[in-house]
Amino acid sequence: MIWRAFGLGVLFAIGLGISGMTLPTKVIGFLDLFGDWDPSLALVMVGAIGVNALAVALVKKRDRPVFGASFRWPTRHDIDGRLIGGAVLFGVGWGLGGFCPGPGVVSAATGAIPSLVFVGAMVAGMLVHRVVE
Amino acid sequence: MFEHFTPWSALAGGALIGLSTSLMLGLEGRVLGISGVVGGCLGKPNADTGWRAAFIAGLLAGGLLLFAFLPDQVTFVLDRSLPVVAVAGLLVGFGTRMGNGCTSGHGVCGLSRFSVRSLVATCTFMGAGFATVFLYRTLVTG
Repeated sequence: MIWRAFGLGVLFAIGLGISGMTLPTKVIGFLDLFGDWDPSLALVMVGAIGVNALAVALVKKRDRPVFGASFRWPTRHDIDGRLIGGAVLFGVGWGLGGFCPGPGVVSAATGAIPSLVFVGAMVAGMLVHRVVE
Repeated sequence: MFEHFTPWSALAGGALIGLSTSLMLGLEGRVLGISGVVGGCLGKPNADTGWRAAFIAGLLAGGLLLFAFLPDQVTFVLDRSLPVVAVAGLLVGFGTRMGNGCTSGHGVCGLSRFSVRSLVATCTFMGAGFATVFLYRTLVTG
């Protein structure tokens, strides 16, 4: 699975790059709904969800994935304060920096200082969550 | 109006992202979320650490390929100071773990499964993002 995961990481990164989501300036352009709005991110979601929804419909007919023993579907359906609070914190951070986790990691590979600072702080934030959890 | 809008590359790139999450589902049976992959690497090593690390290595290798062949897609001048970016990173790291997902896990994979939980999370983080950019532009950059 290691090499397949590596390849899927490359594919994911290329998709992010072509879509322009590796540019925090473009992400902020999408989030600037009341300013000079750039709707591109919405179409990235349409493209990704369109393909993935088709895949979900196809795999639902199968008992198991090609390589794994079973499908590991998320089991939680509850909507609680942690879901909402976490999403609010994430959204504020996303709007402040223009990075979400994937584009942050991909653009950090270029050595861009804001991306490196973002990823370092994101990992720190994840570790803080692990400690206080 | 919409002078920065790039609909075709957005759709094409989005489809490739969806292909990656689709293959992860069809081949390995897993729902892909980047914050889960990164966060899952940070604890004690377990059976999932290897593939998660390999996926992150793939993201970085993809970043280098973009830098080599599509440099305009990874070259930017961000009008945010580094301390602001650092606070942003802390919030994204903490928030995505607290809320169990980010743009990929809740946004792409969750909405593809018609998960109400993910729909609520996605609307919430998008709303918070819209509000934050509006407030930042109004109060900080003027």
